[in-house]
Amino acid sequence: MSRLAAAVALTAGLALASLFVGMSHVSLRGILAGQELDWLVLVESRLPRMLALLLSGASMAIAGLLTQIVIRNRFVEPANTGTMESAGLGLLVMTLVAPGAPVIAKMAAGAGFAMAGTALFLAILRRVPLRDPMLVPLVGILLSGVIYAGTAFVAYRFDLIQTVLAWTQGDLSGVLRGRYELLWLGAAMAALAWLAADRFTVAGLGRDIASSLGLAHGRVVALGLAIVALVTAVVVVTVGMIPFLGLIVPNIVSLALGDNMRRAVPWVAVSGAALVLACDILGRVIRAPYEVPLGTVLGVLGSGVFLVLILRSRDRAA
Amino acid sequence: MPHERRARLALLVLGLLALGAILAFMTLGARGNWGFVLPFRGRKLLGLLLVGHAVACSTVLFQTVTANRILTPAIMGFDSLFVLCSTVLVALFGSAAVAGLDPRLVFGLNVLLMVGASMALYLWLFGGEERSLHRLLLIGVVFGIFLRMLAEFVQRLLDPNEFMVLSDMLFASFGTIPPTLLGIAVAAVAGVTLWLVPRLSRLDVIALGRPVAVNLGIRWRAEVLSVLAAVSVLVAVSAALVGPVLFFGLIAASLAHLAVGQSAHRYLLPAASLVGIIMLVGGQTVLERVFAFNIALGILVEFAGGITFIALLIGKGRR
Repeated sequence: MSRLAAAVALTAGLALASLFVGMSHVSLRGILAGQELDWLVLVESRLPRMLALLLSGASMAIAGLLTQIVIRNRFVEPANTGTMESAGLGLLVMTLVAPGAPVIAKMAAGAGFAMAGTALFLAILRRVPLRDPMLVPLVGILLSGVIYAGTAFVAYRFDLIQTVLAWTQGDLSGVLRGRYELLWLGAAMAALAWLAADRFTVAGLGRDIASSLGLAHGRVVALGLAIVALVTAVVVVTVGMIPFLGLIVPNIVSLALGDNMRRAVPWVAVSGAALVLACDILGRVIRAPYEVPLGTVLGVLGSGVFLVLILRSRDRAA
Repeated sequence: MPHERRARLALLVLGLLALGAILAFMTLGARGNWGFVLPFRGRKLLGLLLVGHAVACSTVLFQTVTANRILTPAIMGFDSLFVLCSTVLVALFGSAAVAGLDPRLVFGLNVLLMVGASMALYLWLFGGEERSLHRLLLIGVVFGIFLRMLAEFVQRLLDPNEFMVLSDMLFASFGTIPPTLLGIAVAAVAGVTLWLVPRLSRLDVIALGRPVAVNLGIRWRAEVLSVLAAVSVLVAVSAALVGPVLFFGLIAASLAHLAVGQSAHRYLLPAASLVGIIMLVGGQTVLERVFAFNIALGILVEFAGGITFIALLIGKGRR
């Protein structure tokens, strides 16, 4: 438990640092002296950004863990099960059908599409008789690519490529007060996953074992996927797609802790938040005054770590 | 032999289709001065022909060398490698130096870098321990993503002016083929194609796999690496002209196998090249003339290609 406390302290340190990194200068002295400009930047921009990072990092990492347990494969996450790309497609469709709809309605449409995309992925998997663990993420990456190409095609047709790019690329430079609060809903969903963690762990044993232990396997799996879809849609609509986070964080945690979900969830949440905070700070510092978007920094790191994970794993272990 | 007759017939039909696509591309909807229309469309056509031929041939060659009909250079990350090579070139020398140089020279440097890097990639992927196909594919796909992300990251670190230079070089698409590179692209593709012609039967032997080929007197490593150098040049040409296309080669090669019904390279390579040309020229004609689109061909190819690939993977699992 004390190790977890240390991790929390580290994350809190990163969060504090995140408040004081950026182009317009915010100093601790200015804050304490009640400087108006410093307070304005802090309250309107820095604090919302820090909270958005914490919330989206933690909930995306938990969504990844949940996906892996429910689909029973270590190498899946919302970004390679068709979930995240479908959420983007849902947002686009909503923009076309009802341009004036409030964000929460867009988010709901995104979540609905995300569910449908995941269901499509599972339906394709059922048609693959040979259950090679490497095949699952491979099919998922391809399917995500196809869904994204479809989205891009529609967007291109209606001149909405710019809009779609805003969702595609995880970027927090646009987060201000009033534009991120939906993330609390995502975090609440992630907390729900924690409460039901034991059920998901049992469901992760497979349909037969879970049923004979008295679990309504189908319903628990559906609940898990619904949580994942909601969290994903919330994150995509507020900060954009954050790839690889849900993949690498649970894998690294499980290398250290093993596979008990209830024990892993706090670690996954804290590490996910710490990782996005660190990547975002790096993106802000490395090429100041310009920003490297979070999605790019995390993309390099995440795909590199994913590659190492694949190379390390034995065929049976995945 | 009935096989040979079928293959020849298939080539004939494909050839006629390609000719039809080319004629349609050059003439449909043309109004006004032919003296302007023909050269204008001709340059575009030349680009499409080069890309169709280069991608299809590089895919078939790569599949021969790896003894596999699902792997393609684009899927194993070679296209992304080209993007990274160009990015690194600009990052190292700065845009002023690169922009001052002849674009053909830059392209040449890029190809050299690319040949070296892709050989290293090949030896890393296929040289060591035996890997299962799915694992190999996953490694290739993720490595491709890694290279793309790395290139994007380096691009973000560049000065915005340098980035402009790079994006002119990199973000070519089917609608905007850079005319300055056409000359050197023709030379490169023609050179590789002429180099291939006397080697067609040797490629048939390589396709039998390493043990048999070595037994029949092939100097495996040298032969495979030289074929791979040819693949790298072709990939570089297509990536420089229209940017990376992930699944196009896969469709062209699969359709060529279907059409020809046998694996002799003297039929397979021309068939693949014709299929590639039909798809690109025909597709671009349909999009431009029927739907009045201009640059969406790449997106459509990705869409159809991804579905084809998933179907191939599932079909393979069945068997």
